[in-house]
Amino acid sequence: MATYAFVLLAVLAIATALGIVLNKNTVNSVLLLVLNLLSVAGLYLLLQAQFLAIIQVVIYAGAIMVLFLFVIMLLNVDDEESLFDKFRIRYLLAFLLVVVVFGQILYSLGGVAEMLPEISPEMAQVGTVEAVSEVMYTNYLIPFEMTAILLTAAVVGALLIAQFKIKKDEEDE
Amino acid sequence: MVEIDWYLALSAILFTIGALGVLIRRNAVVVLMCIELMLNAVNISLVSFASYHGDITGQILVFFSLSVAAAEAVVGLAIIIAIFRNNLSVDITRINLLRW
Repeated sequence: MATYAFVLLAVLAIATALGIVLNKNTVNSVLLLVLNLLSVAGLYLLLQAQFLAIIQVVIYAGAIMVLFLFVIMLLNVDDEESLFDKFRIRYLLAFLLVVVVFGQILYSLGGVAEMLPEISPEMAQVGTVEAVSEVMYTNYLIPFEMTAILLTAAVVGALLIAQFKIKKDEEDE
Repeated sequence: MVEIDWYLALSAILFTIGALGVLIRRNAVVVLMCIELMLNAVNISLVSFASYHGDITGQILVFFSLSVAAAEAVVGLAIIIAIFRNNLSVDITRINLLRW
């Protein structure tokens, strides 16, 4: 059962990822990315990380993707011209580079499965909200608080960068 | 349970597709989306390692990487909006002010 679910979710994730890269319409790309993130959330469920699956759906597929859609709506981006009509050498180089990266990743992950410890089913920790929060609010409390600072800094920085009349203020001074 | 190799292979494939998108796409918003795709691929391998080690700490690292991804998306989109205002384009081949 778990194998079938994994195959289904993996095929969905790869197909939507290819769709994001090859689609000309930006809005379609965003919607495919939402589907991709949902299938990754399903994979988290298969890996017994319930809390992360929920977070993935709420934050990624919910909040971040809505932000992307809003920005695309704001920018009114045209469709790109066909992807593969010119710059053939550039695409060839990109493809070669990507093949090298893929080979490197596979090489570095090759012998990793033998290094894993043998775990019995009782030892396996399920990533429920309770289990995650117990570790996060004790051992990792300070990094968690730093996350709040990071997010605040990101929001303030984004407001400052995307502000409308920065130039005018400089002229006034 | 599925072997961990399959999760790692899926993660590698998704990362590679994301890298391909970053290299060949010219729309800055799509490039940012492909970066999100790559971050997600790494998260899959982190969660699978955490699950197969029977240790929950890896999932906490994924939580932090998720919040960094959110911050990165917000700032990146703000930069894209600022560039669009000055340049009237999000085509990254036309943003070449610092190119020699």
